[in-house]
Amino acid sequence: MLITRRTEFSASHVCCQPSLTPEQNREVYGAAANPNGHGHNYVLEVTLEGDPDPATGMIFDLKRLKEIIQETVTDPMDHRFLNYEVLPFDKIVPTAENVALEIWNRLAPYFQGSRARLNNVRLYETEDLYVDYAGDRR
Amino acid sequence: MMRVTRRYRFAASHRLHSGRFSEERNRELYGKCNNPHGHGHDYVLEVTAAGPVDPVSGQAVNIPALDRLVTGQVLRDFDHKYVNADLGEFQTLVPTSENIIRVIEDRLRRHWHAAFGTPWPRLDSIRLQETRRNRFESKVSAE
Repeated sequence: MLITRRTEFSASHVCCQPSLTPEQNREVYGAAANPNGHGHNYVLEVTLEGDPDPATGMIFDLKRLKEIIQETVTDPMDHRFLNYEVLPFDKIVPTAENVALEIWNRLAPYFQGSRARLNNVRLYETEDLYVDYAGDRR
Repeated sequence: MMRVTRRYRFAASHRLHSGRFSEERNRELYGKCNNPHGHGHDYVLEVTAAGPVDPVSGQAVNIPALDRLVTGQVLRDFDHKYVNADLGEFQTLVPTSENIIRVIEDRLRRHWHAAFGTPWPRLDSIRLQETRRNRFESKVSAE
């Protein structure tokens, strides 16, 4: 069985690879390369997979999942400029792909040894652009 | 593997009618969609591409390249058109959403490599929402 928790956070970013010229950055990232940055209302969907515990009837305590997401993602990223305020985006470009990977890496340790497995992280940068990451294996 | 999905919209009209069937059978089979003058929808198209994240760009998919491909090969021809009359493919195919997805998949596959010029990303899946109440999905098989 799958359960999905949805969360929103608002943040700004700029997509610029310092090893590329301004023209190349524009070609790779389009409008997202604007040096002063821009922002999004990110929507995060975290999906867990597992069999419900026969005693509690739950795969994972959703209150706890809410807290984990808040501690690892929302508190550090909401209303922040990702490049300047959230590691490792001082060194890697905060594309939707990299933000989703970072969120996956932050969440995954909480489910080791748990009956719930982290199944998928979906990150909407806008309503019209989202990425899915389901780990290395898929 | 990262999957990146981009959503696009186009407004188009169509009529479901097959020359293989009688007028009566067409009316039975396609119902309101067989109306002789056609009717239209605000289609929502989702294109999913998949690939590894490039360590330099941080991208699995170059979005400007995907946008140019979908705009040039799909939206420019489909948006604000009567597909039965305006698109070559539907001279022989009934423009059901199933067939529209196939045509879009075929157009994207044909120009995919030229658009990206790299082995990745691959076209992963296409979803087409005809109205809020129905959605069609095609998982693209590996070539």
